[in-house]
Amino acid sequence: MNKRAVFKSWWLPILFAFPQLLLILFFFYWPATSVLTWAFSLEPAFGGVGERLFVGWDNFRDVFADTEYWQSVSLSLFFAFSATALSMFVAFVLAICVDRQLKGSGLFRFFYIWPYAIAAPAVGLAFRFIFAPESGLIAVVNTWSPDLWNPAKFGSHAMVLVIICFAWKWIGYNFIFMTAGLQSIPRSLIEASSMDGSGPVRRALDLQIPLLAPTLFFLLVLNLTESFVGPDTYGIVDLTTEGGPNKATNVMVYRIVSEAFRGLNYSGAAAQSLILIALIMVFTFIQFRYVERRVHYK
Amino acid sequence: MAEISIKDVCKSYGRTQILHGVDLNFRAGEFVVILGPSGCGKSTLLRMIAGLEEITGGEISIDGVVVNELEPRDRGCSMVFQNYALYPHMNVAANIGYALKVAGVPRAERTRRIVETARIVGLEELLDRKPAELSGGQRQRVAMGRAIIREPKVFLFDEPLSNLDAKLRVQMRVEIRRLHKRLSATSVFVTHDQVEAMTLADKLIVMNKGNVEQVGTPLEIYQRPRTRFVGSFIGSPAMNFFDSTVAPGGDFVLLDGIRLAIDPALGGDNAGSAVSAGIRPEHCRLVAAGTASSVPATVDFVEELGSGRIVHVEIDGRDFAVAMDEGQLVEAGTTVGLQLPAAHIHLFSLQTGLRLDDVPAVKRTIKTTVAA
Repeated sequence: MNKRAVFKSWWLPILFAFPQLLLILFFFYWPATSVLTWAFSLEPAFGGVGERLFVGWDNFRDVFADTEYWQSVSLSLFFAFSATALSMFVAFVLAICVDRQLKGSGLFRFFYIWPYAIAAPAVGLAFRFIFAPESGLIAVVNTWSPDLWNPAKFGSHAMVLVIICFAWKWIGYNFIFMTAGLQSIPRSLIEASSMDGSGPVRRALDLQIPLLAPTLFFLLVLNLTESFVGPDTYGIVDLTTEGGPNKATNVMVYRIVSEAFRGLNYSGAAAQSLILIALIMVFTFIQFRYVERRVHYK
Repeated sequence: MAEISIKDVCKSYGRTQILHGVDLNFRAGEFVVILGPSGCGKSTLLRMIAGLEEITGGEISIDGVVVNELEPRDRGCSMVFQNYALYPHMNVAANIGYALKVAGVPRAERTRRIVETARIVGLEELLDRKPAELSGGQRQRVAMGRAIIREPKVFLFDEPLSNLDAKLRVQMRVEIRRLHKRLSATSVFVTHDQVEAMTLADKLIVMNKGNVEQVGTPLEIYQRPRTRFVGSFIGSPAMNFFDSTVAPGGDFVLLDGIRLAIDPALGGDNAGSAVSAGIRPEHCRLVAAGTASSVPATVDFVEELGSGRIVHVEIDGRDFAVAMDEGQLVEAGTTVGLQLPAAHIHLFSLQTGLRLDDVPAVKRTIKTTVAA
């Protein structure tokens, strides 16, 4: 059975689609074509179409030749994998606890979902205060030993800070999907495994993770993509470390935005954007090609 | 082999009480069947033995050890679930061998035992299949294999046959009985199917509304149901009932104005009390209308069984089922006489539902039944 509403006239469907088309045009196609043209030309920093110079692949050559760029790529990869691993692991543990109906799980389920509803810059700002080395909640550790925690001074600390921020925000999102996934596993399976003698950890490894694999795969792709290029990453880095100290958290998305709009190097930033998009495509391809194969769909 | 003792076990969810103090003893190696309508608490009781439900009150011990606070894995039970609960991502071998894997049994030993178990349940050819590729009966076998490989002290079956079609059910029933004979572990089997219960049980327990109504061998329960509920629940087609009053002499009850003789031992002490009288369809007799001590009845319709037939007759607006042999023929719409032999009439108190001539062997049952 194929139920379709067929429009008799041509103008009505266009009218319905118009707002969406307008949005896509202004916020997707226009920027996308701009990026394409900028990436292959020398874009004047202060505007002026007449002086645009087509330079072919020169922008890309410049980007690839820059060691700082490669440092940014590896930072991004490190950030993406760590943040994804952390947020998925914590979310999974929480989801298992809620699924086991431990005491108060109803209330906690509610609280765990909240962080996702908070905008990334707000998260960044909050964490900036919480993790401020001189006056934040964590400042006490510096009284034990000076500089035990100082993200303004040590790059590794700053990286840890942004990873925690990102993971904290995304735990809620991952948690919802994992809880839903866990609850769709028949209770009798869990009971059967406990009759077979497996404890909670064993059960999670042997039963819940394999059966949750489709959900976990979906979340893996989403988390990696989001942490690699997502607006949350930009917002968090911008509000906590601003890419510092000494560019230790200068991940690709942050670098692109700051090069384009602070450094006014539109062409270089556009080239980097295209490279980033290509990287994401490669990433996703790899995941679907090699990871999804191992996923058991019921 | 282990004996199970259940002492005054209660279960409630919040303020709703599911089990009202159950006392039972299962001897080692016994095949116990718990029978009851849905919602009577039979599955809950089983799950409490398994350790899947917390025990609200009372004590369950297996082999003399109180297991109330023990984890399921430490109780030495294995269970076959109604929906089989097979691990969908593991093949048959992995499903059967999972308990051994968890227990850390070495691979070679594990493989040997998986093959041996698969042979017992007839799955040697299918060890590499996933559960989704198996038929209902095969899945049932995997579930049983998974249960027996652990060599448990106690087998628990939670309505394991109710998802199978009728033919397969009979076949699996025989296999379960055979398996029990071979392994001789104490088995507890929960079902709502009375044929299953009658055929499998050494000891049959009938439950209703969270109480144990009767404990006994299937034959005892069939012949002397302790309560009206047990009488109505056991036997197919169901027992016929009519309400009446025991005559002052204690020697007859009235049905549609006709005197029906009863066993004086039954009615003797209960002269004048209101009763619900029951008689099984297979004990009713149809005779020519007007025969002495028969109740005039109209034949309503006939259910043909091939090996016999069930004739439904109407007396005073009440339906009576009568089981008849192959040879006897009755036409719908004719008037006949219904004879109810005194030896087969069961009398239950109208107030308590208890059998009138019953010697209270199990005090608890009476107490709880009255309370209910």
